[in-house]
Amino acid sequence: MTMTSLAPRPRTAVGAPELSAPAFVRARRLSRGRVTLTRVVNSEWIKLRSVRSTVLTLLAAAGAVVALGLLFSGVHSGVIGAQSLGLQPGSGASPADVSLGGVNLGQMIIGVLGVVLVTGEYATGMIRPTLTVVPRRLPVLWGKTIVFGGVALVAMLVATFTAFLGGQALIGASGASLADSGALRAVVGAAVYLTGVGLLGLAAGAILRRTAAAIGVLFTVVFVVPGLFPLLPHSWNAAVGPYLPSNAGTSFMTAAHAAGSLAPWTGLGVFAGYVVAALVGAAILLKRRDA
Amino acid sequence: MIQVKNLSKRYGERIAVDDLSFTVRPGVVTGFLGPNGAGKSTTMRMIVGLDAATSGTVTVNGRRYADHPAPLRELGALLEAKSVHASRSAYNHLRVIAATTGIPKRRVDEVIELVGLHQVARKPAGAFSLGMGQRLGIATALLGDPETVILDEPVNGLDPEGVLWIRNLLKTLAAEGRTVFVSSHLMSEMALTAEHLVVIGRGRLIADVPIAEFTSRACTSSVRVRSPHSAALSELLAGPDVSITSSERGVLHVTGLSIEQIGERAAQAGICLYELSPQQASLEEVFMDLTRDCVEYRAAGEAATAGKVA
Repeated sequence: MTMTSLAPRPRTAVGAPELSAPAFVRARRLSRGRVTLTRVVNSEWIKLRSVRSTVLTLLAAAGAVVALGLLFSGVHSGVIGAQSLGLQPGSGASPADVSLGGVNLGQMIIGVLGVVLVTGEYATGMIRPTLTVVPRRLPVLWGKTIVFGGVALVAMLVATFTAFLGGQALIGASGASLADSGALRAVVGAAVYLTGVGLLGLAAGAILRRTAAAIGVLFTVVFVVPGLFPLLPHSWNAAVGPYLPSNAGTSFMTAAHAAGSLAPWTGLGVFAGYVVAALVGAAILLKRRDA
Repeated sequence: MIQVKNLSKRYGERIAVDDLSFTVRPGVVTGFLGPNGAGKSTTMRMIVGLDAATSGTVTVNGRRYADHPAPLRELGALLEAKSVHASRSAYNHLRVIAATTGIPKRRVDEVIELVGLHQVARKPAGAFSLGMGQRLGIATALLGDPETVILDEPVNGLDPEGVLWIRNLLKTLAAEGRTVFVSSHLMSEMALTAEHLVVIGRGRLIADVPIAEFTSRACTSSVRVRSPHSAALSELLAGPDVSITSSERGVLHVTGLSIEQIGERAAQAGICLYELSPQQASLEEVFMDLTRDCVEYRAAGEAATAGKVA
C-alpha cells in the first residue's frame, strides 16, 4: 500500500480533499448521542464478538467441559479403555457428577477469559477511548458483566447439558437422567458456577488491571486456597472450608451432596455473594482511580 | 470551549500540573505547547476525566465533561495513538465506540473515509503503522461530530503529506466554529497551525497569547556586529540595558540597542564595521528561551550550548 492511498478521498468531484472532508463532519446532526446502559451493552457485545481470541477461548472452555465430561463418563462406564489410562472404571462417584467433571478445567479457561476481557483493554490502551466515551465509567463494568455473564451462561449451559446428556449416553443403563434428584440442579448449577468464575475473573482483572496478577489472584482464591485448607486444623477447615468460593460452588453443582458441605441454595447464595462483592470492589476502584 | 481553573495534579511527591488556568476558545486552533514532561498529556487527561484533578476544575462547554449526557457530541479526543485493541479491526473499533452513543454504522464509514483508512479498515489495528494509528485516533475523535476536539501530539509519526492533512483539518474544524486544542512539543508545527498558544513548563503556565504576539517577541532580538576593533566597540556600546556576547573573534551579539544606535555610535568613534545585521530569533528559539528553566529532561552539557543560542 502506498502512502498516497492513505490520503482522504474527496467526497465530491470538485474541491480540495482537505476542505471537502471536514465539511461533512458536521453535515448532519447525529442521533442525540446519550450514553445509555443499553448502548454500552451493545458496544461491549461488539467488543466481545470482534476479537477472535475471545470467541475461541469461550469455545475452548465449553469444549473442555464437554470433552472431559465425555472422557470421564467413558472411563467411568468402561467404554474407554480405563486400564490403558491408568484409571479405574466404575468409581464411586455419581454418574451425573462424573459427566460434569470437565468443570475443573473449564473454570480455569473461562476465568482467564474474564480476566483478559478487562486487562486486555489496559494492556492495549483501549481503556482510554473506552472510558473517554463513557466518562461515568460504571456502565462499562456493568455492560461487560451483562454481556460476558450472559454469553458465558448460554455457552456453559449448552456445554454442561451436552456433557451430561452425552456422558449419560456413554454410561448407559446405570446413567442418570435429568429427572433424577439433584441432576438438573447440578447441570444448571455447573453452568452458573462456571459463569460465576468468569465474572470473578472479570472483577479481578478490573481490580488488578494486569493480566498476570489477576490470573494469579484468581487461581489462588479458586484453586490454591481450597487445596491448603485441609492442612489446617480440622475445626478450622470444617468451619470455614465450606464457605470458600469453589467449595460453595461444589455444593450446588454436585448431584450427590457431600457431607460437610453447604446446602445447595446456601452454597449458591455464598458463591453469588463472592461474585457480587468482587464486582462491587471493582466498581468502586474503577470509579475512583485514574485510568 | 474548555475552561481550566487552578488545575493541579500531584502524583505522590511529583507535581505534574501546578495551578494551571487558561481558556480554550472556539473558532481558532489553540496550540498547547511545552517540553516533554511539561504536563500537557496530564492536563488533557484531566479534561476528559481519565485522571482526576488533585485540585481545581476543568469544564468542557460549560460542564464537567463526565456530566454531559452525550459526551461524544461535546468532545472528541485523541490522547495516545494506537489506544486500540491490537486484534480488533479499525472498523470494529469505531463501531464499538460509536455504539456507546448510538451513532450509526454509516457514520463509521464516513469517518473511515475522512481519515483515509478505507483500504485497511478491516485489518487488525495492531498491524497499523504509527501514522495509521494516528489517523484511526482522529477518526475516533471526530466520530461524534463534536463541538470540541482535543488532540495530543497528532502529527507524531505522520508522513509530510499526513502532517499537511492534519494542519488543514484542524484549521477547517476551527473555521466551522469548533474548539480545537492541539498539543505539541514542536514550536514550528504550532506556528503553522495555531492562532493561539498556551505554553506550559513544569506544569505551570508560561504564556497564554495569540500567536502573533508570540511571533513579535521573536523580533526583539540581537544585532550581530563584526568589526576589527570589537574590543573597543564593546566598551563603547556597554550600558545598563545592553548585553554583549561574543561567540567568535571580532563578532559581537548586542541586545538592547537598535541597529541605528550601534551604527551611529561606531561612526562617531570612528570604528570601522564590517557587518551590522539584525538577528531574528526563530520561534523555536523564543520557545526554548521561555521554557529553558522548565525542561524536564536535558542532556548533560546541553545547558551550556543552549545558553548561547539567543
